[in-house]
Amino acid sequence: MMDRAMMDREGTFTGNRGLEKEEPLIFEQGSPGKTAVDLPEPPASKNRLGGLERRAPIGLPGLSEPEVVRHYLRLSQKNYGIDTGFYPLGSCTMKHNPRINEKVARLPGLGDLHPLQPVSTVQGALELIDTCAHWLKVLTGMPAVTMNPAAGAHGELVGLMTIRAALEDRGDARKRVLVPESAHGTNPATAAMCGYAVQSIPADDRGRVDLAILRERLDSDVAAVMVTNPNTCGLFENDVQEIAKATHEAGAFFYCDGANFNALVGRVRPGDLGIDCMHLNLHKTFSTPHGGGGPGSGPVVLSEALAPYAPVPYVVHGPDGATLVEKPDDSDGKPFGRIKGFHGQFGMFVRALSYMMSLGSDGLRDVSGDAVLSANYILARLQDTFRVPFPAPCMHEVLFSDRTLKGTGVTTLDMAKALLDEGFHPMTVYFPLVVNGAMLVEPTETESKESIDSFVDTMKHLAERAAAGDVKFFHDSPYLTPRRRLDETTAARNPILRWHPPSLDHAAE
Amino acid sequence: MAKMHFTNEHEWIRVDGDIGTVGITDYAQEQLGDVVFVELPEVGAQLEQGGEAGVVESVKAASEVYAPVTGEVVEVNEDLADAPDKVNGAAQTDGWFFKIKLSDPTQLDPMMDAAAYAKYVESLQ
Repeated sequence: MMDRAMMDREGTFTGNRGLEKEEPLIFEQGSPGKTAVDLPEPPASKNRLGGLERRAPIGLPGLSEPEVVRHYLRLSQKNYGIDTGFYPLGSCTMKHNPRINEKVARLPGLGDLHPLQPVSTVQGALELIDTCAHWLKVLTGMPAVTMNPAAGAHGELVGLMTIRAALEDRGDARKRVLVPESAHGTNPATAAMCGYAVQSIPADDRGRVDLAILRERLDSDVAAVMVTNPNTCGLFENDVQEIAKATHEAGAFFYCDGANFNALVGRVRPGDLGIDCMHLNLHKTFSTPHGGGGPGSGPVVLSEALAPYAPVPYVVHGPDGATLVEKPDDSDGKPFGRIKGFHGQFGMFVRALSYMMSLGSDGLRDVSGDAVLSANYILARLQDTFRVPFPAPCMHEVLFSDRTLKGTGVTTLDMAKALLDEGFHPMTVYFPLVVNGAMLVEPTETESKESIDSFVDTMKHLAERAAAGDVKFFHDSPYLTPRRRLDETTAARNPILRWHPPSLDHAAE
Repeated sequence: MAKMHFTNEHEWIRVDGDIGTVGITDYAQEQLGDVVFVELPEVGAQLEQGGEAGVVESVKAASEVYAPVTGEVVEVNEDLADAPDKVNGAAQTDGWFFKIKLSDPTQLDPMMDAAAYAKYVESLQ
């Protein structure tokens, strides 16, 4: 009789692990000619391609319907998501997507709309966009918002394009954008994309923007300062009002990366802090799906000074109900153009509004309170096990360094791999760069104390095992995942980006 | 062998006449892990001290490389395009990034020597 150890050693005849299938690529399955649907041969027609018609088969796989269904279901079973378990990926806010949002989004009057329907038939949808926009303005204390951007980084781009338009309109095109080290990595990328030179501002020993150096570098050539608050060390930028003041005195605009607004919602209004422009990630703070589950959505709130330059389209109210301003020429302001097809991620507005209205203002206040509480609970329980580089408390995410692993031969990456075997998606590792071997943990407000405790206990157990010198165990982990430790270096140096079908290789010879 | 100077940002520069050879330190490559890509400045580019000179990307992170001194880039290490692992294997010799013609040699004066840099690295642990 085979025991478990023998099974692990010898594997199975098929390569499957019990009912977990080893799934080949869809192109490696099926046979040519097999199909899930029978369509009649197209009628004969005159060839008008002038000799440009395809001569070889295009290599589509032939599968029956049950084979296709099984293939994609098996792939989906390899997926790990927030619906599967704890997912403390710092700076990504993997929190529960309430099912009421999904129910509302599937109402036929919202789910079955087409963006090209006559405006008179989609009054409810326009009202919904406008109501969602209204609450985003209320929660941020800002006078205007553009709902168009497709996701957070797109929101940043739209924000900086708005700033650039405002500066150019006053005949004051500037050349530089200041970005602190404690900002999200997309911020400098956005500034560069907009044609600005990026100048970095170091963090001080509290993990926050070094205000003295920021002041030193602010001059009449700086278009904007981009600050992430709470920053990417999970810390509130206490000097945010001084940063705003200094920025405005230099004639620049203050951009805030609002990806971490889930730590502030219902408690802090960015408009009160002197912020000119901030994107909101509906797929983070407002619980819409992301990470493969759905598109992001990144509305940008704007100050009075920037509002006229926001892109089209936007909803306005007239004598015949709601309508859309679709062209810059039809606008009262000076829109810099259009940045997204149709009206933004409408399905996400539905879910975000459902979230806001089901929680109410008191519920949203609890969201930020509980998110911060969860992170500080982890900080309190793990601060004797891992080094906390900046003084507590933290905001919605907690940062540890690898200091206590030094000398054990076990790295941050090894910890992450060992967590996989224990059934946890690892935290964010090696980011932010301001500390060595960073481990950034974001538990979110929707995780129970039991699951957080289980994670903390596992981290303590692994730290003890590392301290005890069990290096081989760590270096060989993970043991139980569909694939073991991957060779990331070779994958990055010599990536194979395309699968080549053997039949076509043969045909080309 | 000419003396090496080190920066807080973990670059080294070795000067021979008015040409300085620049790379990242052994400590920096160790922190980065396996280097997979290096972006170098163009020959002829004018660099400012402390300004961005290139990017080094590893399996863990992408980091900027800063110019330790002001000057003009006169040569870059073409080998790194195909063999970025040279940065791991020989950070302070064959894994050099670029050569720069110094505009102002006095910029070297406040930089750390090998002993001072070793102490600095120790303070970061």
